[in-house]
Amino acid sequence: MTTQPLLSVRDLSVEFLTRQGSVNAVDRVSFDLHAGETLALVGESGSGKSACALALMGLTTLPGRVAGGSVLFDGQDLLSLPERALEDIRGRRIAMVFQDPMSALNPLLTIGTQIDEVLERHTALNAAARRARTISLLEQVGIPKPAERLARLPHEFSGGQRQRILIAMALACDPQILIADEPTTALDVTIQAQILALLAELKTRLKLAVLLVTHDLGVVAQVADRVAVMYAGRLVEVGDADALFAQPAHPYTAGLLRATPRLSDIQHRMTAIEGVPPDPRVRRSYCDFAPRCPGADAACAARPPLQSLSPGRLAACVRPFAPVWKEVA
Amino acid sequence: MSAPVWELPVSAPAATGWRALSDRQRGWILALVLLLALAAVAIVLPWLAPYDPATIKLSARLRPPAWEERGSLANLLGTDNLGRDVLSRVLHGARLSIFIGAAVVAISAGVGVLVGLIAGFAGGRVDAVLMRWVDIHVAFPGLLLSLVILVILGPGPGTVILALALNGWMVYARQIRSVVLSVRQLPYIESAEMAGARPARVLLRHVLPNLAAPLITLMVLEFARVVLAEAALSFLGVGVQPPGVSWGLDVANGRNYLTSAWWLATFPGLSIALTVLGVNLAASRLRLALDPREREKDFARKLLAKEAR
Amino acid sequence: MSPTNQAGRGLPRFLLGRFLQGLLVVVGVTTIVFVVTRLIGDPVQAMLPVDASAEDRAVLARALGMDGPIWLQYVHYLRDIASFQFGDSLWQHRPAVDIVLERLSGTLTLCLGALAVAVLLGVPLAIAAALKPGQWADRISVLLSLSGLSLPQFWLGLLLILLFAVTLNWLPSSGSDTAASAVLPIVTLALPALGRIAMMLRSALIDELNSQYVRTARAKGLRSRRIVLVHALRNAAVPTVALLGWEFAAMLAGHTVVVETVFAWPGLGQTAVQAIERQDLVLLQAVVFFIAFLIVILNFCLDIVYRLLDRRIAV
Repeated sequence: MTTQPLLSVRDLSVEFLTRQGSVNAVDRVSFDLHAGETLALVGESGSGKSACALALMGLTTLPGRVAGGSVLFDGQDLLSLPERALEDIRGRRIAMVFQDPMSALNPLLTIGTQIDEVLERHTALNAAARRARTISLLEQVGIPKPAERLARLPHEFSGGQRQRILIAMALACDPQILIADEPTTALDVTIQAQILALLAELKTRLKLAVLLVTHDLGVVAQVADRVAVMYAGRLVEVGDADALFAQPAHPYTAGLLRATPRLSDIQHRMTAIEGVPPDPRVRRSYCDFAPRCPGADAACAARPPLQSLSPGRLAACVRPFAPVWKEVA
Repeated sequence: MSAPVWELPVSAPAATGWRALSDRQRGWILALVLLLALAAVAIVLPWLAPYDPATIKLSARLRPPAWEERGSLANLLGTDNLGRDVLSRVLHGARLSIFIGAAVVAISAGVGVLVGLIAGFAGGRVDAVLMRWVDIHVAFPGLLLSLVILVILGPGPGTVILALALNGWMVYARQIRSVVLSVRQLPYIESAEMAGARPARVLLRHVLPNLAAPLITLMVLEFARVVLAEAALSFLGVGVQPPGVSWGLDVANGRNYLTSAWWLATFPGLSIALTVLGVNLAASRLRLALDPREREKDFARKLLAKEAR
Repeated sequence: MSPTNQAGRGLPRFLLGRFLQGLLVVVGVTTIVFVVTRLIGDPVQAMLPVDASAEDRAVLARALGMDGPIWLQYVHYLRDIASFQFGDSLWQHRPAVDIVLERLSGTLTLCLGALAVAVLLGVPLAIAAALKPGQWADRISVLLSLSGLSLPQFWLGLLLILLFAVTLNWLPSSGSDTAASAVLPIVTLALPALGRIAMMLRSALIDELNSQYVRTARAKGLRSRRIVLVHALRNAAVPTVALLGWEFAAMLAGHTVVVETVFAWPGLGQTAVQAIERQDLVLLQAVVFFIAFLIVILNFCLDIVYRLLDRRIAV
């Protein structure tokens, strides 16, 4: 892409302060997000992807802390803005949808109130106009009979409906960027599909840029244009979704793909990546994935940097594209 | 060529001393220390008293504390209207208050834990009935009923213990039942029970260890509350009676001389406050030591405080 | 996940259940008083002067209805109580009910005043403490909470008298003649409640501020003020209101006895102590009954308020 990126993250680092010292949850992560594209930030639990997403909006709370880097948006570094300026951007130009729809909504306030307050905060609409817009938003996300449901509390809706409400809330003020942190993880598979379809439709219609944080490659395959893979707090591979799925460069990506069950492969056994993610408290100089990588050798003792393999394609491996995983019979 | 070994750096040296102990062990030790401290105070303190607290010496009545004009070193904290040494009375008062506190806690904890265990394990109607009884009993006006009981049965340490224990067991029952229920709902316990594990076994191996921490903390907090309650009852005249020595009794007596002899009410009351304060602080420490979640919260709070500054 | 609201349907049944439970409480309390006064110890003896004759005793027993089989006495007792007949006070020789009703307002004044103080001071303090940990508001709430937990109320009252009435002479030390005489008793009664309420609200606020929905609210760009006052406080209010109710009950059930005695404030608590001093069991029973009754009504109202605040609670 030759257009200017909408969001430019450079060397973002987030640390967590624990009683035993500080731990790097995100270590110098850099990526760009362009208008209208969907970038999937992929990784397993503990890879730092959620911490990354929160840091973008300045929502990191203690014991977490942004330790360095910059997030350029509209010519400004979000990390250096004062809180009040950030509050103007949040919900208005960059919006976020969280993982657990049950707890992400205030249980004691009506959904009408919770959507209305975003509109009141960021727009100059009067009460009637806000109400109309709220109803319209709920219709767009597929909540039936929205006018009657405005005075209902969150617990009166199903999980899928609550997630739709959260999406409606996020899109209320026409943001340019939507960050979705595991938006479907807490939902049934069938509901998952509906929500993803909804997101895809909204994204096209509203020309949104979406940063989708997820651990589920199935979800990525459905909606992502580009993919960034994280492991142990660092980016290990970035690239166009189709190209990455066809030919993964980093052994971890390849392992993830191999481990994802596919309908066409019902003959093969389930394969997992042996071992566990590394302890974030320990500082290493070698490649984080090496202990689990079948193709690791002495060359991996010096952690390889994330380097460009071709335009738009990066990987942090000394031997990208090497077929390290044995085919399972 | 052998695969390289990805050695992790040497981990922190094995913990020694206090750090090596588990939460449960720490809890037992702290509780034991507290118990010994209280016992020591109760036993040793009266020995330190320079005089017999009941000795009447009318020629030395209403002497102010030693640092005041008319005071003397013979009576460091002054004397009361009957010439009794305030310091000695303060030191002796500890014994009865601590004894009553311990006795009430022991009895009400015993009853409450039993009820809680039965309710938690039996479940169903037994549980419902027992908890209904607890709810009703909790709604009773405690101090008032204690007053009635004490008036009819006659005041004194024994009746005080009975009255306070009668009103204090409910909180243990609720707490214990809550722990039992949450342990029994753990998936692996549920499956164990379904596989035939006997309740006694579940009780001993799984419930009791989880009970120790909240129970100890609760007992310590209740002890503080009972000491205050006994003081209030003695103050009102229905608790410990003369010639027994109680801080509450002395404050009541001191009330009559508030304007002329301020030290009579002040020092016994101060002793109550310091004792209860000490016990409450110990309870906070205990909670921190025994509950890792509290430690994390405490740590997070300290972090926030540091950042705010 | 059922999307419908059941609150309307189950409410009457719930209220009925609560009413019955309250009834049981009152019956339970009065039965205990009955048991203690009749079965154990000899109340008639307790009410007579030491040198009374057997004849005097019989006369008094008949007057009090304390002759005859126990179960009959119990039935009469319950019947009398249900119609609010407690008999005449042995001390003042007029219906005990009248005395109780006269003194009731005194106690309610103190309790409501103390609650008001606890809330008006405690809520802002807790909010300030939750927002800025480690700063002055936080330290003050911890201090207040510890003092409230540890200082005996009767001693605190005496100290306040010593300071403000005796030494500084700003306020009266006892009685209820002027509005100013309510100040010290209310402060004394309020302090432990203030400490506990500030602590609980602070703790609840901190928990709420760490919750997911607050994170969502922040992600929406809402100002801190709205997040604290509209979102967090609303949720933290639920357990705090429950605590307020408990504090009120605790005041009625015991603290007023001590505070009214210390300040010679005319109220039910002082009446109870006076009844004890004068061996007036009739009056004492009336006082105990009324207080139990008040507490039951209070709990009942509290339950309703609680359910209104938190519409999630299934009825």
